[in-house]
Amino acid sequence: MKRLVLLLPLLLFLGIALFLYRGLFLNPSALPSVLIGKAFPSFALPSVLEPGKTISQADLLGKPALVNVWATWCPSCRAEHPLLNKLAASGVTIHGINYKDQREPAQRWLRDLHNPYQLNIEDAQGSLGLDLGVTGAPETFFIDAKGIIRDKYVGVIDEQIWRTKLAPRYQQLLDEVQP
Amino acid sequence: MKRLLLACLLGASLISMANAAIDTYQFKDEGERARFRTLTEELRCPKCQNQNIADSNAPIATDLRREIFRMLEEGQSNAQIVDFLVLRYGDFVLYKPPLNARTYLLWYGPFALLGLGVLGLGVLVLRRRKGAKGSVPAALSVNERERLSALLQQNSQDSK
Repeated sequence: MKRLVLLLPLLLFLGIALFLYRGLFLNPSALPSVLIGKAFPSFALPSVLEPGKTISQADLLGKPALVNVWATWCPSCRAEHPLLNKLAASGVTIHGINYKDQREPAQRWLRDLHNPYQLNIEDAQGSLGLDLGVTGAPETFFIDAKGIIRDKYVGVIDEQIWRTKLAPRYQQLLDEVQP
Repeated sequence: MKRLLLACLLGASLISMANAAIDTYQFKDEGERARFRTLTEELRCPKCQNQNIADSNAPIATDLRREIFRMLEEGQSNAQIVDFLVLRYGDFVLYKPPLNARTYLLWYGPFALLGLGVLGLGVLVLRRRKGAKGSVPAALSVNERERLSALLQQNSQDSK
């Protein structure tokens, strides 16, 4: 018993050391979205390519999809774009939210860099972005067929992240539709 | 003269720099201005690690200031405005975390540690006091006294 008490400080130290060591590798800017598990916020916004057309949350239903928040003022979005094109070509459903941007450069971007998006939502005021808790671009939401937000990825998606982390999640959403 | 002019110019440029982050809002009254100030100072900018909405230059902070101003104009209460932001950005935006199952450790942990410390100290003090009482030498028995005097005698003889 006496021996065990002597060991106590060592155990305490090890516990604290382990706790702090783990903290070294946590990403302090990782901010879990509170919207996961909730329905995609309702909206009615114009389409980037056909400004006369209005897109609403009902248009997102039916298929699991990625909703990518992007803007022409965001250099990392340009870095991410080729992968989105590739994913779209391989059959992944991606919708785009053009966040706090201007129509003209956005249209040019989609023309010049190819358009991977099925729906192009124009969120010029950032109101939908606010409802989604967007803090910047790029951000990508995963929604299921019922329009529930299931996951969120902040930052540039590259090949490796897609393959190791995100593709399985998307596949899972697809599997839910056709069990 | 030239130097003075330069100094004035530098000073003026500093002032304009200091004003760069400030956006202008027309408040109805002083009360609303004060509420705006407390709210933006109490809420954390979701993009920045440790800056409130009032201080931050991040675009998201500008947007949130505008949103808060809009809600104030609409006559919403502070609690409503805070809820609006928490619904979108989570507890992260609160500098004062709410009390719930996830934050019990945060709120009560220090008190628990303090309690443990006091307890440990108490045990230590009690034990020492008991130990001190126990170690008061009892009177020597007859046998022991004889041995002691024998030893002392032997010792004094040796040293002679």
